[in-house]
Amino acid sequence: MSQADLAGSAAGSGTGPAGGSGGGTAPDSAPGAPSGRGTVPRGGTGRRRTSGLLRSELLTTFRRWRTVALLGVLAVIPVLVGIAVKIETADGGSGGDGGGPAFISQITNNGLFLVFTSLAATLPFFLPMTVGVIAGDSVAGEANAGTLRYLLVAPAGRTRLLLVKFAGTVVFCFAATLVVAVFALVTGAVLFPLGEVTLLSGTSVSFAEGLLRALAIAAAVAVSLTGLAALGLFISTLTNSGIAAMAATVGLLLMVQIVDTIPQLHAVQPYLFPHYWLSFADLLRDPVYWDEILRNLGLQALYTAVFGSAAWARFTSRDVTA
Amino acid sequence: MAQPPPAAVIETRGLSKRYRGGQLAVDGLDLAVPRGSVFGFLGPNGSGKTTTIRMLLGLIDATEGTISVLGEPIPSGARRVLPRVGALIEGPALYGFLSGRGNLHRYDAADPSADPRTRRARVERALERVGLAAAAGKKAKAYSLGMKQRLGIAAALLQPRELLVLDEPTNGLDPQGMREIRSLVRALAEDGTTVFLSSHLLDEIEQVCSHTAVMNRGRLVTQGTVAEMSADARGRLTVTTPDGAEAARVLKEHGVADLTVTGDEVTGELPPEAARRNEPPSEGARGPGSPGAGPGPDLADLNTALVRSGVRVRGFGVTRASLEDVFVSLTGEGFDVAG
Repeated sequence: MSQADLAGSAAGSGTGPAGGSGGGTAPDSAPGAPSGRGTVPRGGTGRRRTSGLLRSELLTTFRRWRTVALLGVLAVIPVLVGIAVKIETADGGSGGDGGGPAFISQITNNGLFLVFTSLAATLPFFLPMTVGVIAGDSVAGEANAGTLRYLLVAPAGRTRLLLVKFAGTVVFCFAATLVVAVFALVTGAVLFPLGEVTLLSGTSVSFAEGLLRALAIAAAVAVSLTGLAALGLFISTLTNSGIAAMAATVGLLLMVQIVDTIPQLHAVQPYLFPHYWLSFADLLRDPVYWDEILRNLGLQALYTAVFGSAAWARFTSRDVTA
Repeated sequence: MAQPPPAAVIETRGLSKRYRGGQLAVDGLDLAVPRGSVFGFLGPNGSGKTTTIRMLLGLIDATEGTISVLGEPIPSGARRVLPRVGALIEGPALYGFLSGRGNLHRYDAADPSADPRTRRARVERALERVGLAAAAGKKAKAYSLGMKQRLGIAAALLQPRELLVLDEPTNGLDPQGMREIRSLVRALAEDGTTVFLSSHLLDEIEQVCSHTAVMNRGRLVTQGTVAEMSADARGRLTVTTPDGAEAARVLKEHGVADLTVTGDEVTGELPPEAARRNEPPSEGARGPGSPGAGPGPDLADLNTALVRSGVRVRGFGVTRASLEDVFVSLTGEGFDVAG
């Protein structure tokens, strides 16, 4: 239930160009509307039934063996990192000296840092790759299976279906991030001590506040993935092959990540969607350093708007021949 | 019904579709499907049937021309019309990882006019109607082709529909399943649902359809009632006689055209009036094609004339052309798919 509510709010706040499509209190839903038995409900009912389609979308996505496998891989990573750190420091050492993902040296002092380490380790590739798979397959996969034509003649409505697909992908972004965070937290709690959290700026906060900040970081990471989700959705509307759309999305992610590391290309880097991804670490400062976090949010909103509009323009005008 | 329903459930004017490659798939189609009819949509592979069906359902845009379905323009009125239309397009498409029942729930959730409170009951009813109730819990990827086809039809029956568009509904079904689907189509038609049926099986069209249209190379070759179309298929007169040449001469005098003499068989085309008079009453066209026409006065006169001229007649009769003969005469004998 909470899952659906979360998704509902995600759909409601969508910045798609046709945000008002299913909404509006249409006066023509009165009983005397034309064409007796086939009146399409509008207003409140329509919105409730859109959440019904979203629920169906989430059930369809999360009941797939593939989705479960992707989440399974994400769940394994923090466990592996935790065990590796535990083995590495079993002789009393303080863990690696400077090497490895961010925060890895603090894990032995506080298991909560495994959450930050795992998110920092999975954010560059693993997390976005799973999002690329889900987003790339969202429309193209349905076209490939032929189910898209039946959804459209149901009629799901092209704008409505696209919004639901995007909302479903955003829910997956949150679910994937949450899986990493929760498994990291549990592993960290089992293998290492928990307690006060020393922030990057040196001050200490209570474990409860540390937990709260971990939650905020998970949210920031999930939101970081929405730009990619919109990009994948757009690519997904271009082709009838789910595999091609997934490969193209993931390939593009790798390419952009590489471009983001080439110093000679620094002029374009601030406009690349992963450029500010690791800014989530700034949530561990006191006071929080908002600059890059906000820039990240703005960039994700920009990508969502641009590629969401492109996906909408493409999907509402294309011939569905699959 | 508050308003008088439009006479034609589907009406297209000058409908054309040119694909990006420049290929004209549908060319100036003027289709009119009367309300309450079972409309057989015929045509060889690649003749533009599926493109037409996809345009009717708003899946692809027409290059030119207009479409009206249930009185609403397509594609602009698609959201208002499509809940009243059930469709099976180019075979079923299913989520293999969902059960048969799960698939129907998914498709029903996509329809904003479908009431979620009655969903369970409607899904079970649709499963029962196509005989899938027992297999509804199985994953759809384990279904046979016939079962998938049934599930596709069930999806079209989730709500009471005014129009059903069924693209080759009996494809992949066993003979028993074909009979069931045909009787289902008849039952739906009796309830007042208009059925737009495309099929390659001409005897199927002859058995269940009241109206028909034939497409060839993107154009509409003919449309009308099945009875009219069968009537157009003028029967050929066949006379078995050892006096072939003499028989041909006599028959020609009486207006029989296109005479051919092969061995001891003389065949020819009856003059139009004679053919019509010798045709069984048009209601018969709904049943299986009846071979041979009843003995009309013209045939009797012809026979008398032959005998009077000293032709020894061994056999005499009219072989009525089947719908298949009409179809082939309209679309050509060629086996190659139109490019």
